[in-house]
Amino acid sequence: MIRSEILKDIAPILRDQLVVCNIGLPSQELHMIDDQPTNFYMLGTMGLSSSIGFGLALAQDKKVISIDGDGSVLTNFGTLPTIANNVADNYILLIIDNGSYGSTGDQPTYAGKKTSLTEVARACGCENVVEVAAKDTGKALQAALDGDQMTIIVSKCESGNIKVPVITMDPVVIRDRFMKSVQA
Amino acid sequence: MSINTKIVDDLVANDISFVTTVPCKQLAGVIDEIDARPGVLHVPSNKEDEGMGLCAGAWMGGKRPAIIMQNTAIGVTINTLATLIQYYRMPLPMLISYRGELREPVACQVEMALHTKALLAQMNIPTYHFHTQSDADELNEILKYTFMCNKPVAILTDANFWGGYGDQ
Repeated sequence: MIRSEILKDIAPILRDQLVVCNIGLPSQELHMIDDQPTNFYMLGTMGLSSSIGFGLALAQDKKVISIDGDGSVLTNFGTLPTIANNVADNYILLIIDNGSYGSTGDQPTYAGKKTSLTEVARACGCENVVEVAAKDTGKALQAALDGDQMTIIVSKCESGNIKVPVITMDPVVIRDRFMKSVQA
Repeated sequence: MSINTKIVDDLVANDISFVTTVPCKQLAGVIDEIDARPGVLHVPSNKEDEGMGLCAGAWMGGKRPAIIMQNTAIGVTINTLATLIQYYRMPLPMLISYRGELREPVACQVEMALHTKALLAQMNIPTYHFHTQSDADELNEILKYTFMCNKPVAILTDANFWGGYGDQ
């Protein structure tokens, strides 16, 4: 399975949740598969999906899912100790780990080589880290939503991309409708 | 009243309830004061762009945020300021230790000090420079302005404002 297939698979689970989605193809794919006002699409700022979602989880009580990638987590490694040391049980970090920088042409990341993000997250102090095969992502995500414990899911999948249109929605519109969903 | 208490009083009076910090000796007293306020959630971050991500999320979640950092962080956060805070039009008061100004003991700090105001000007970020303690009288108005216009706003506090850097 590639990332877009995972997103298609978990879209019905994501639909009613607050989702912060990673820059580039992940946001474009989610937008194409199932655009929702509860989705915050990152149009720039690689690496900060986990931080934005985590800040949101700390500020209010609804559950928050950050969809991140292995390359983006590598860009913002400092996020994992922050998450581990300020536990928010309404927070789920879903790292779709395809071992490559998908949006820029599938160059390999170190997560696809020797570095295990699952072990890094545990070493940073994250207490509930699960690594799953791509096909089990939905099950793991639903279990995390059903539980009341902060969860880091590392979903191992194949690299590969589909053709998707860019998001042309104005960023302030994305942000405004997302904030209204948070408050609803 | 100490300057640290005055600064945090102004943050609290403006409903700021989420603060992230990358520490500085000059701002240590402010950070201690924040930790003493139960109504303010303090989440230390490891890098300033990470902190700005936390602030963006906190603001969308209904909490007014602020970030405390050194001016060297302007070099770290240009992309985040442009493509997250400014692009999505979010408010962000940045209380900044302005290293490398008068009474600075460490020469290397001067290097980023020379670029700080130019970078902020290039980014169209409203910038206030506190050099003497009475300059902080405007903090309350600066915070109101920040949340009125939904922009990042820089408050540069130099060593003279803090009465010298450490023992220097």
